[in-house]
Amino acid sequence: MEKTQEQSSPQTFTSRLNSNRSFRKFIRHKPALVGLAIIILLILIAIFAPVIAPFEYDAQDFSSIRLPPSADHLFGTDKYGRDVFSRVVYGSRIALMVASLVVVIELVLGVTLGMMAGYFGGKVDTLISGFTDMVWAFPPLILALGLISAIGAGLVNVVIAIAITSWAPFSRVTRAKVLSMKEREFVEAGIAIGETNSSILARYILPNIIAPNLVLATLTIPAAILTTSALSFLGFGAQPPSPDWGAILNEGREFLRDAWWISTFPGIAILLTTLAFNFLGDGLRDVFDPKQTVQ
Amino acid sequence: MLRYITKRLIFSIPIVLGVTLIAFLILYLTPGDPVTNLLGSRATPEARAELSEKLGLDQPVLVQYGRWLGNVLHGDLGTSILTKQPVSEAIGSRLSYTLKLTLTAFLSSVLIGIPVGIFAAAKQNTAADHISMGIAMFFYSMPDFWFGLMLILVFSLTLQWLPVSGAYGPKYLILPALALGLPKIGSIARLMRAETLEVMREEYSLTARAKGISEWLIMFKHVLRNAAIPVMVMLFLALPWLISGAVVIETIFAWPGMGQLMYQAILRKDFPVIQALLLIIAILTVLFNLLGDVVAGLLDPRIRVK
Repeated sequence: MEKTQEQSSPQTFTSRLNSNRSFRKFIRHKPALVGLAIIILLILIAIFAPVIAPFEYDAQDFSSIRLPPSADHLFGTDKYGRDVFSRVVYGSRIALMVASLVVVIELVLGVTLGMMAGYFGGKVDTLISGFTDMVWAFPPLILALGLISAIGAGLVNVVIAIAITSWAPFSRVTRAKVLSMKEREFVEAGIAIGETNSSILARYILPNIIAPNLVLATLTIPAAILTTSALSFLGFGAQPPSPDWGAILNEGREFLRDAWWISTFPGIAILLTTLAFNFLGDGLRDVFDPKQTVQ
Repeated sequence: MLRYITKRLIFSIPIVLGVTLIAFLILYLTPGDPVTNLLGSRATPEARAELSEKLGLDQPVLVQYGRWLGNVLHGDLGTSILTKQPVSEAIGSRLSYTLKLTLTAFLSSVLIGIPVGIFAAAKQNTAADHISMGIAMFFYSMPDFWFGLMLILVFSLTLQWLPVSGAYGPKYLILPALALGLPKIGSIARLMRAETLEVMREEYSLTARAKGISEWLIMFKHVLRNAAIPVMVMLFLALPWLISGAVVIETIFAWPGMGQLMYQAILRKDFPVIQALLLIIAILTVLFNLLGDVVAGLLDPRIRVK
């Protein structure tokens, strides 16, 4: 939270990571540490889901339908008698996998286009930046919904739809960073001694755009989780019996009056996850470069 | 100033054209025959032939796009497959509901978010700052659809203060507007705080402080005026996001706006409606971006020159 006190300095990602000062600064950032701890816990839960969950996520038991939370069923049971706790535990796998997949695709698309636009400039830049502005003109959820209406529902299609509708921030951040890197002596020196474009991009420019993109990626994960679960909630994402958090929420909606627990707990899981990534992202931004990220 | 506005207007033309192209292409990404997709499977051969002629399906795609754009510019957005109603009518009857909902949500988030951000900045690095920013982060991370369900659970089902869903009077507006608006408090408060802190460190703020002017006077006369500019721009950008959030919130609360129409249209593959809504929302977004830039230019002459 002390972002604004920090001066930005043009160090590279690696030298910053190596510097003790950055590390100490990160360690002092308590919310970021809490966020990191929750994320590690979440990853462990996802890995050890079969050990942690007392039941299979799709194990139906018609003798225990819509039971309130108890010692046997920590989060209660749903309309098929499935254990909501087990479903939420297994759901962490989907949430983490989907969010990382979305962000990796966005990173690859955005960084590639942004590097090309920034490095080559001219017509290439005009074309790519124009395209970026166009995609940017749609709120991602709306364009993703439009795409899903065309390519159909399902978790894979949701990942594709969200990734190709929200890479624009990566492209913009990368382009801006590349433009400033182009002016630096070591890049000019590379051009002067006749290195190829791809070599300059890979050896000098890419290492320097990692930090801002890493911060942006961390801050994008919550958006990816919120959008995918919103689409699953609407019924366009993960299909039953998938224990996707958004899908569980959707199933619990009709029983809100009699079985509040079905929709309540997966929502808390989503909130905790996005909160953790936002805290971590804030901390990383403070450590690396407060000025480099899109507001 | 006029030159700046003209420049920005001209700059948005290719974006709007691109946006229409994307909305147009959605139909061609869909597997199957566009005529069937647009008319439904039970259309008569006459109707199919007529639509083929109108869309120019025997012509190259670019010509088809031209025709479609021409129809759109004449206000002809096609006919809903489901209701057989002209799409422009269907959207027109729902527009006011969505505007009512998003504007109320917008106002509630601004009226809370901005004071919280200023307060946190004024009390920088105190417990009050940390607590308000913690709350802001909480709302910032909130899944709005879950928040909506929790509001229904507490205020409608348990306390029975407010109706669960529908749109039969002002009481029906409260919960959906809060569900849509409150999660936005987070980003508004966080940005307001950051901008306020930045201006507080500017030299003119230091000068004012050196002259012995009281902190609150500095805040209102110097700091907030300048911190408001980026926040205003962000608020214009936030409106289209509220409209997109309305798809989920209107569905939960059975609020008869454009968002609910979008949801139903996708569910039943009502392509003319989907295309028209994509187009309208994207154009609104471009328009609000433009307005944001113009307002920023009006408030801050430095931006006009850039």
